[in-house]
Amino acid sequence: MTENYDIFEHDVLVIGAGGAGLRAVISAAQAGLNVGLVCKSLLGKAHTVMAEGGVAGALGNLDKKDSWEIHFKDTMKGGQFLNNWRIVEIFAKEAPERVLELEQWGAVFDRTPEGLIMQRPFGGHTYRRLSHVGDRTGLEIIRTLQDKAVSYGMKTYMEVTLTRLLKDGDRVVGAFGYYRPTGKFLAIKAKAVVLATGGWGRMYKVTSNSWESTGDGVMMAYEAGAELLDMEMVQFHPTGMVWPPGVRGLLVTEGVRGDGGILRNSKGERFMFKEEYMPEMYKGQYAETEEEAHRWLEDKDKNRRPPELLPRDVVSRSIYKEVLAGRGSEHGGVYLDITHRGADFIKRKLPSMYEQFYALGGVDITKQPMEVYPTIHYTMGGILTHPETCATTVPGLYAAGESAAGLHGANRLGGNSLSDILVFGRRAGDGTAEFARGVDYGAVDDQQIEEEMNLMLAPFTCEGKENPYRLTQELQEAMQEGAMIARTEQGLSKCLQTILNLQERAKNLHVDGSREYNPGWHTARDIRYMLKTSEVIVRCALERKESRGAQWRADYPDRDPEWGKKNLIASKEGDQVKISTRPLPEMPPELAKLFEESK
Amino acid sequence: MDKVTLRVFRGAGNGGVEQDYEVPTFEGMVVLDAIHYIQQNLDSTLACRWNCKAAKCGSCSAEINGVPRLMCKTHVSDMASKGQPIVVHPLKTFPIIRDLVTDVSWNYRVSEKIPPLQLAPDAPNPLVMQQMDVDRIQEFRKCIECFLCQTVCHILRNHNAKEQFYGPRQLIKLANLDMHPYDTLSRREMIRHEAGVGFCNITKCCTEVCPEHIHITDNGIIPLKERVADEHFDPIQHLIRKLAGTDKKKK
Repeated sequence: MTENYDIFEHDVLVIGAGGAGLRAVISAAQAGLNVGLVCKSLLGKAHTVMAEGGVAGALGNLDKKDSWEIHFKDTMKGGQFLNNWRIVEIFAKEAPERVLELEQWGAVFDRTPEGLIMQRPFGGHTYRRLSHVGDRTGLEIIRTLQDKAVSYGMKTYMEVTLTRLLKDGDRVVGAFGYYRPTGKFLAIKAKAVVLATGGWGRMYKVTSNSWESTGDGVMMAYEAGAELLDMEMVQFHPTGMVWPPGVRGLLVTEGVRGDGGILRNSKGERFMFKEEYMPEMYKGQYAETEEEAHRWLEDKDKNRRPPELLPRDVVSRSIYKEVLAGRGSEHGGVYLDITHRGADFIKRKLPSMYEQFYALGGVDITKQPMEVYPTIHYTMGGILTHPETCATTVPGLYAAGESAAGLHGANRLGGNSLSDILVFGRRAGDGTAEFARGVDYGAVDDQQIEEEMNLMLAPFTCEGKENPYRLTQELQEAMQEGAMIARTEQGLSKCLQTILNLQERAKNLHVDGSREYNPGWHTARDIRYMLKTSEVIVRCALERKESRGAQWRADYPDRDPEWGKKNLIASKEGDQVKISTRPLPEMPPELAKLFEESK
Repeated sequence: MDKVTLRVFRGAGNGGVEQDYEVPTFEGMVVLDAIHYIQQNLDSTLACRWNCKAAKCGSCSAEINGVPRLMCKTHVSDMASKGQPIVVHPLKTFPIIRDLVTDVSWNYRVSEKIPPLQLAPDAPNPLVMQQMDVDRIQEFRKCIECFLCQTVCHILRNHNAKEQFYGPRQLIKLANLDMHPYDTLSRREMIRHEAGVGFCNITKCCTEVCPEHIHITDNGIIPLKERVADEHFDPIQHLIRKLAGTDKKKK
């Protein structure tokens, strides 16, 4: 062995301490199992804190007509029917219970006049459905789950990065990685492992994602043999900040539009009313005049929602087209205006947006419009999981939250990610608990550990001169240019070639310094995951020759009914990425009927 | 202003030095941008914590020109004056791990000691609470655990009284639980003894540095002091409670 390493054992190992990971910890701990939780950062700092607008679940506190069936329909339509119907069904049915449970654990949502949880409208949701706390709902949820999980006494490994899943035969039996502060290695043996490692938006230059979103979780699963689903589906949130440069890409919550925010181009036109931007599927369901949209603010029963609340893929494309046509704002975005709601309302309902623009952008959103442009936000694609248990295609390995796939299809509705992590975090915890009870610890293979150690340490002794940060920047530029909102065969192919070249260059990465808290060294490992994840995204985007949800192929601008019947599956075959199609599971008649009735 | 000099602490627990880096500036640049520039272009070994870069996670706390701040929310243009370097140091109250990264694990250990929310067995599901009844605890729940209040508090910073005083962050957490409309557990003994609320002498330094603008002292700590005083030092209240047999329960 190259060097010694620490070794730990847990019945269940949860990798990732955002909402999905924490919720999995809670249910595995409630089942009486010994749980270990690994987070790359400090506890409570995961990407869940960035979620702003709310958590979607059909509580019906304001709109009594809401139900799980309508939430189911909205989610399937938003995802352009690429979703796994069973996952969506479970999700829509269980979301309200998961939200209410948070309240019992200490979450304090905004209230209705009756003293119940307040819900706000959001893009693609028929009714007011997002339980929220101003615009800091994610913080409320992560803190609530964190306190609850800690009360069960799980062991938390903070600032530990796991870089490889360990296998015994076909089964995942633990994971290997390093402590950030010391750079020393550790292995954690487990009877079952949950991946709750979030998304991978860091491959793009303009992103709302933190340094953590590098795709290490999804790539560890891929390397371990798990199947990945619809990896081409990367969400561009319509409204990221554009100015000043230091905040480019930072998220502006959809709650702004939910609370009446208006999108305008440089000519002052409220462009979302243009007929060309209204998808066939949503015709007749949105306000057709500005007057109606205005009346909707006061009376939501008698008026239809403004078209600013179309699903994210639609609004993102519309903004993209406006700017392309030369109708953009001063710094290349469009205007988002909420000033008509008045300073009191804005500061109460959108306090962190007010603060964010005021402190970071020098803009008072109670007096001036914001400038916004799409930013990379979320990954719908990910690890293929079983709807009931969250099991992946590899025994002993489970996945939940953004790293898993199947719920959101080709486009996620706002607010559905926070209920996703609750519903499937819990199910993943239950699933692993069940599995872990029936097995013993597997054997840890020294050779796998030796390989990973050598891979990790190589940049210190490598005589090459490649800089991990430079490679990251080049990758981000290539993805931004070739795999963004508007995709073409030519652009994607060029992007793929760049990625493959970068993968070659990554063999010559060199880093200086010691192993103690050395960000250059960490980046050298991250870039390998980022390059592989990007390769899979681009290969899938090339394969899907149609436009659907987030996948907009400018050279295949229409939806293709044939492509609407199948998912793309990516898996590892030797050193190659194998891509295949698989028919979507067929919706049972009683659910299919829901869509007929609405017509 | 085209360039700015950052004077950054480099070193570990056993000591270190300040090192100067010249960094090009751009409009709206924050100190964290400058630190990232250094990592990417000048020295890839410079250690710092960060996550959201939007003042929502509380990871990038540091002491900038001597004041505890979030690096992601502090504009370079506000810190640089007349050719003076911007001085960036790690939080003073906690042990240094490396460069700008400190060991804040004490805060987590203290937090674990605080008993979680305990609802009445007959609490309804869903809970019924009016907005005005939760306004105050919602303010406390804005806390992003950046620990700037902990680092600035002189009880912890100058007197290192970590054994006697939980610090502003944890008092806010206790205030949140104590003021929750449905909580039934009394944490007043803890607030008085282990958490040491009496140590706070209301200098409000914590409130000043809070990036979430929580009125830590006025809305959190002072009411806690009053509740403890009511319980322990008001003879009439004490007698009434004794007679009514409610002295074990929370009002």
